[in-house]
Amino acid sequence: MKLSRRLLQMLNIAALVAMLAAVYAALVMAPDALNVDPAIRPAQRVIYFHVPSAWSSMLAFFVAFVASILYLVTKHIRWDIWARAASELGIAFTVAAIVSGSLWAKPAWNTYWTWDPRLTTYTIVLLLYIAYFMLRGAIDEPGRRARMAAVYGIFAFLSVPLTFMSIRWWNTIHPVIVDAPENAGKFGLGPNMLNAFMIVNIAFIIMFTALLANRIALGWAEERMDALKERLNF
Amino acid sequence: MRRYFQVAWAVLWKDLRIELRTKDIFTSMAVFAVLSLMIFNFAFELRIPDKTVVIPGVLWVAIIFSGVLGLGRAFISEKDRGSMAGLLLAPVDRSAIYLGKMLASLLFILVMEAFLLPLMVIFFNTNFISLPLLLVLFLGTLGFAAVGTVFSGLAVNTRTREVLLPVLLFPVMLPVLMAGIRATIGFMEGDTLVDMMKWINLLLFFDIMYLVVAYMTFDFVVEE
Amino acid sequence: MAEPLIEVLGLRKAFGRHRVLKGIDLSVEAGASVVLFGPNGAGKTTFLRILATLSRPTSGTVRVAGVDIKNNPEGIRQYLGLVTHAPLLYGDLSAQENLAFYARLYGIENAEKRIQELLDRVGLLHRRRDLVRTFSRGMVQRMAIARALLHNPPILLLDEPDTGLDPQAAEMMTDFLREIGGSQRTVLMTTHHLERGLDLADRVMILQGGRIVFDEPSDSLSYETLRPTYDEYVGKGAAVT
Repeated sequence: MKLSRRLLQMLNIAALVAMLAAVYAALVMAPDALNVDPAIRPAQRVIYFHVPSAWSSMLAFFVAFVASILYLVTKHIRWDIWARAASELGIAFTVAAIVSGSLWAKPAWNTYWTWDPRLTTYTIVLLLYIAYFMLRGAIDEPGRRARMAAVYGIFAFLSVPLTFMSIRWWNTIHPVIVDAPENAGKFGLGPNMLNAFMIVNIAFIIMFTALLANRIALGWAEERMDALKERLNF
Repeated sequence: MRRYFQVAWAVLWKDLRIELRTKDIFTSMAVFAVLSLMIFNFAFELRIPDKTVVIPGVLWVAIIFSGVLGLGRAFISEKDRGSMAGLLLAPVDRSAIYLGKMLASLLFILVMEAFLLPLMVIFFNTNFISLPLLLVLFLGTLGFAAVGTVFSGLAVNTRTREVLLPVLLFPVMLPVLMAGIRATIGFMEGDTLVDMMKWINLLLFFDIMYLVVAYMTFDFVVEE
Repeated sequence: MAEPLIEVLGLRKAFGRHRVLKGIDLSVEAGASVVLFGPNGAGKTTFLRILATLSRPTSGTVRVAGVDIKNNPEGIRQYLGLVTHAPLLYGDLSAQENLAFYARLYGIENAEKRIQELLDRVGLLHRRRDLVRTFSRGMVQRMAIARALLHNPPILLLDEPDTGLDPQAAEMMTDFLREIGGSQRTVLMTTHHLERGLDLADRVMILQGGRIVFDEPSDSLSYETLRPTYDEYVGKGAAVT
């Protein structure tokens, strides 16, 4: 999908507006979390950055996964550009999630890093996609690179839920927010917090879409530049 | 269908024959496994509070680390000899080649484990081997060989080859490592197979899923 | 005229942006012996690898016996024997074991007899229990041809089978190829050696820059007429005399 420049600009503006709304939602709209220790209440707001980053990274890796399958089916370079763009964004959001999580962990758990299995899993996901780019970097021929990367992209993505599952079964000290109702009283979100939470998540998805569209456009530009270089060399 | 398994068997037979003659893969895996035992022993020597804490980790890390040496050879040896094309010329679906190579790697790693386990019993002076543990070892090794054989095919296409294989393989293997270690701890503490069922199911799921994905993607790994 | 055994239409192959084959059209009758000359990098090996289903065309069709190789590569491979620069043999297996392995890959019945027969024909029967790593280059190349002929393929693809052989071994191989070529088998061969190629072929082609630039029956050609033609297309001194 080659987006027109105007559409790309509109997407960029939408992302900017969405992120401003997200900042408002996270810092102003959301009330203090009364059920956590007063000392870490400001730090608790990192959740409005941490969780949407994590979700965006998963969305990115999912897009990369689908693009990898489509590449193997169609052999069209478009899907290689998509897979690469989405994987890069996935890495960026994963780093954002890990760093913000560790900033929260310092006041909450009194350490930047714990071997909490969920945190560890995220690091593994990061390593998976760093390996993905190492694989890409180690193959010169574009068709072969795209094929090998697509195969690895599929294997890598499929391992994520399994890793996730295994850490669920391993003891975890990570707060489970969404899908464990028995934890609602301890770490759950109040109604206004929930609204703010929804806003930041939607904002992140819009930002993700804009970044992805830009990165894909850049990918096509690189492609055209390579073609041009090739022609000039002849 | 018969042809399919005939080809897989031919590849397995060929790899076994060469291995029995040269012992390249077994030797390097076994020596490496012993070395890692030694290193772990020194690393933990002064403070082994509880053998159940150390043994499962040492066991699985030794298997994964030395196993990757054997897996690397699966296709790199073919590429180096220039014999890869010979396999790909076989008039059969190419996943049959994968199956043969995978079974050969599986067998090599299992043999290495058969060598490693008694050594560990002696070194740690604890008999931790049990039938359920052997089952978990088999399932874990199967998943390891299933993924490792495909990644060996990926790595052989790259400039860095052997160096890249563990980087590609280890993060994907994490569920196997976790399940393996947890189940091993469980069995050492007297849990039964039923207590560890969720880990066994995880391993089974891992094995089946990746065998299917490997079957579907292998052709893309070897085509040009 | 009968339907051609091998039919190539608009075949192109690119590795990334590097275009190796730029549109090849070709049809080969059953029983023909075609030799393909061309400098290094002309795309000879790529072309044969595509015919052998080892490499996928970027565009264009290849039909063998009327069947598109895209649709049934497994079936086509049964009809092909390939000899490349690499012998595709295992040094740590004996001659006998190597052929037994390939016999299983091709699902050959009564392989034992066929293996004996082939080893005898390439003059290696007495060495059948020896590891292939102990063989000389010429012996290995004869083994490679035996391997390619194991399943009695109607089409034989030879990619520079004479490369790296000393003149004597190359001579032996030429004789052997002439013998097995016969009239039923279709042979496609690449070589740098004009004289030897001309000797074996009944049709001569020159591949240059990813295109077939010359295609003539060999009986209208002699080495003396081919040499200047080749130099003209390829550049002087590119081929071994």
